Amino acid sequence: MSFNTLAYYWREAINSIFRNTWLSIASVGTVSVSLLILGFFALAAVNVREFTQGIESGLEIRVYLKDGTPRENINGMQAQIAGVPGVSLVDFVSREQALEEMKNNFGDRGDILEGLDKDNPLPDSFRVRAENADSIPGLAGQLMTLSGVEQVIYGHGLVEKLVSVTRWARLAGAIILGFLSLAAVFLISTTIRMSVFARRKEIGIMVLLGATNWFVRFPYVMEGMMLGLVGAAMAGAVVYAGYMSLAGHITQTLPFIHPVTDQQVLLQVMGGILGIGLLIGALGSSFSIRKYLKT
Amino acid sequence: MINLYNVTKVYTNGAKALNDVSLTIQKGDFVFLVGPSGAGKTTLIKIIFREETPTRGQVLFYGKNISRLKGREIPYLRRKIGMVFQDFRLLPQKSVYENVAFALEVTGASGKIIRARVPEVLQQVGLAEKSRMFPSQLSGGEQQRVSIARAIVNKPALLIADEPTGNLDPDTSWGLMNLLSDINKTDTTIIMATHAREIVDSMKRRVIAMSDGRISRDEESGVYSSEL
Repeated sequence: MSFNTLAYYWREAINSIFRNTWLSIASVGTVSVSLLILGFFALAAVNVREFTQGIESGLEIRVYLKDGTPRENINGMQAQIAGVPGVSLVDFVSREQALEEMKNNFGDRGDILEGLDKDNPLPDSFRVRAENADSIPGLAGQLMTLSGVEQVIYGHGLVEKLVSVTRWARLAGAIILGFLSLAAVFLISTTIRMSVFARRKEIGIMVLLGATNWFVRFPYVMEGMMLGLVGAAMAGAVVYAGYMSLAGHITQTLPFIHPVTDQQVLLQVMGGILGIGLLIGALGSSFSIRKYLKT
Repeated sequence: MINLYNVTKVYTNGAKALNDVSLTIQKGDFVFLVGPSGAGKTTLIKIIFREETPTRGQVLFYGKNISRLKGREIPYLRRKIGMVFQDFRLLPQKSVYENVAFALEVTGASGKIIRARVPEVLQQVGLAEKSRMFPSQLSGGEQQRVSIARAIVNKPALLIADEPTGNLDPDTSWGLMNLLSDINKTDTTIIMATHAREIVDSMKRRVIAMSDGRISRDEESGVYSSEL
């Protein structure tokens, strides 16, 4: 590809955007609106995922030890539990710590438990976190069989329900996201097809003059990419600003909900929007033009 | 330069546009292609230009079988052939200069060559002063001159004109024929499909008459129709 040709591609793509003002605006608008909806939904899905993960990672198994388990066995047991597949974290909670925590939970009324210091009724225990919430019931059963274990407690019933709800929510999110992406691709490629159709004569003349297929196609692909990128950037800006202000309101009025404001995650979503815009622009153009390059 | 051997073209709808056509055109020839509509003139042109491929038979361009060209080789064949149409087929958003320059840009020519060659060709067709105008601001004859300038700017070996005078008045048509004659003098082969009887009769060039997909007559210094 010579420099002349490259310069031509640029000039042609940019000229064409400005000459076909209305089609360009329509394309950018379609890309924008489609990706706007997609972007907001993607962020909603991210939030659902974070939220459910937050709940799930908060679930824990409490393994209570038999009274009088010697302290020197504790490290061995901890290692043993940590070695069970699916266990992500094991913390030892001594009976003294457990009492302390209970006092803290009672707040200023902690003095109620004052007399228990001498004769602490609480057992030593392990606090176990699972890698996956849905493996908790199975893990609990496994931990019960270890020697020295008195009792294993987890939110029996509740965990199973919660897991099925969060799984359903994630699946629904993925499906809706998939459909929205398809709708966006369809809308955008239809607009591009219209714009190529409007210029089929021009394409016919280029072919007539001995233009190679790539020579005809490339300016359109570049144009599609530019329009896709502009539309995506607009959508991304609106999604970002809108989401940040929404997240701000939510944290103020509903303090117990924590919207994802991790810039890393937001950056990924924005990057995704730009990438999709670019890709749809390029692919949409080159597919739409294929029909007119029959050879 | 161009050899057709027993070329038959049947379209997918069953219409037989060419029926066992054989002909040879030499470099520098000026050939009129005459005959009623539907006789196969346009199909013949399309086959030489490789817009269509023959159902049977061979088409050689400079000894090369063009039916066997790969898709990516076709543009290079077309650059050796200039095409002129009855409806001009200019790009309406481009100026006269840009329309002509476009044919060079398509081939990846440098700006230097384009700036030298385009004014030269516009001069040749007598439109040097109108290079900045747009096709809609020109008369039909002028638009056809632009399309001829565009067709010859690449210095093609062959110029094919499909009823170039079909939309022009007689005076303008004569001017155009003089231009084509001049181009022919520079050793450019010309094939012109036409219905313009007076032009064919007075030019005294080779005439290939077609009817029903066959060549019915092929004579040097011929006339439009044989019955006279």
